[in-house]
Amino acid sequence: MSDSNAKISVSDLHKSFGRNEVLRGVDLDVDRGKSLVVIGGSGSGKSVLAKCILGLIKVDKGVIEIDGRNIARQTDSDRRFMTGQSGMLFQGAALFDSLPVWENIGFRLIYAQGKSRKAARDKAIDCLSQVGLAPEIGDLFPSELSGGMQKRVGLARAIAADPQILFFDEPTTGLDPIMADVINNLILERVKALGATAISITHDMASARKIADEVAMLYQGRIIWRGRPEEIENSNNPMVDQFVHGRAEGPIKMAMRRR
Amino acid sequence: MNIFAATGRTTLASLRETGRIANFASRGALSWVTGPFYWRAFFSALYRIGFASLPVVGLTAIFTGAALALNIYDGSLRFNAETFLPQILGVSIVRELGPVLAALMVAGRCSSAMAAELGTMRVTEQIDAMSTLAVEPFKYLIAPRILATTLALPALVLIADIIGVYGGYLVSVYALDFSGPIFVKNISEFLENRDVISGLIKAAVFGFLISSMGCYYGYNSRGGAQGVGSATRTAVVASAVAVLASNYFMTSLLVEF
Repeated sequence: MSDSNAKISVSDLHKSFGRNEVLRGVDLDVDRGKSLVVIGGSGSGKSVLAKCILGLIKVDKGVIEIDGRNIARQTDSDRRFMTGQSGMLFQGAALFDSLPVWENIGFRLIYAQGKSRKAARDKAIDCLSQVGLAPEIGDLFPSELSGGMQKRVGLARAIAADPQILFFDEPTTGLDPIMADVINNLILERVKALGATAISITHDMASARKIADEVAMLYQGRIIWRGRPEEIENSNNPMVDQFVHGRAEGPIKMAMRRR
Repeated sequence: MNIFAATGRTTLASLRETGRIANFASRGALSWVTGPFYWRAFFSALYRIGFASLPVVGLTAIFTGAALALNIYDGSLRFNAETFLPQILGVSIVRELGPVLAALMVAGRCSSAMAAELGTMRVTEQIDAMSTLAVEPFKYLIAPRILATTLALPALVLIADIIGVYGGYLVSVYALDFSGPIFVKNISEFLENRDVISGLIKAAVFGFLISSMGCYYGYNSRGGAQGVGSATRTAVVASAVAVLASNYFMTSLLVEF
């Protein structure tokens, strides 16, 4: 049984794709109202971990507890339990191209909660203002927005139903440093305002330092280090050191074909 | 390489794929009754698949009817049976060409669009995003499309039947010197309800198959632009084959009644 203050508790989580063992026994707890950032190299399984917790990918083995309820079997009821209280900001925002911005934000309210289109639109406009966007943006289509605006709309969509758990998958990837900091500030502000528990996946160390209460590093399918952001410079872990300082030489070997 | 092993593997893979498509299609059909049903998505699909396909189906039907009239006339002249042109034309269009050609047109136009749209949604994580918003993608994206196509195709076929016969009428009256009233009288006296109904039954089945293929290959596409391209191509080819193969089996069943 997990720590009673843990909102999310993952233990011995395994996931393989064919012969590729991506998660090899992940153990992770996130306390209620805290923000955990999972760092790790490309292909280390960070996004797979988040998608397993969300029920988007079937797990091979392990336990995923939300408020003490094991949802690892991913039955329809487990999935409803999880999606009913969570929101996610996807790496590429994943906005629905065929719907205007306001309907993207209000999608859950209309189609899952049965709210009227007017109520959903009002809420969407309110969410747009929370992420610093004007109400007129609501009538545009996602293809008419810049990358940074799409991320902000993605964030607005994630928070529209006041979720208790928020996932952020590479929230600052592909953005300029100033827009990345704007997104980091919005994440901090919105997570705090909702009192939500957050798991962020990133390899942007500036973002990790800013939005994390705790940082965990995923390497070869396991959590190899965990600590507060200010401890990361003195982790005494050569793999964390190499990753944080972005060095090609070190214990982490990237798969490269030599000539 | 062992040819028997290769044949066995291919056969098993084909059977597995057929099973997966059948499972997918039946899940789509079941979603109509288990709810929630998204009416807005259904009417949007009905408009795109039904109403927007009218021009292409109409053009195909009128030219096919016209060409068919010329061919029947030319062929039947050889044994002095040209007076039967309206009857042969009517039966050919209503029972066979109307349903099959309309279905092939809709397969080319809509099955590809479904596969491309759903495939792009899959590779850009929009389908995953929908799940995280507590809306089941299968019920929002698949069920409305399958039902819309299954209902739209019979309506399109009925219109194609009328336009196709009218194409034959134009050629018969203005190029082959048939009498207009006699053409109409012959065709309306000869055609039976079961001719029309069998065409409409076929159309509904074709609609179900076409949309199931388009949705299946799009929903399960992988690997970026190339994956979406491959899903689109496979959806069109599989839809066309499914229409033509099922047409034979349905015809052999329906002629019994």
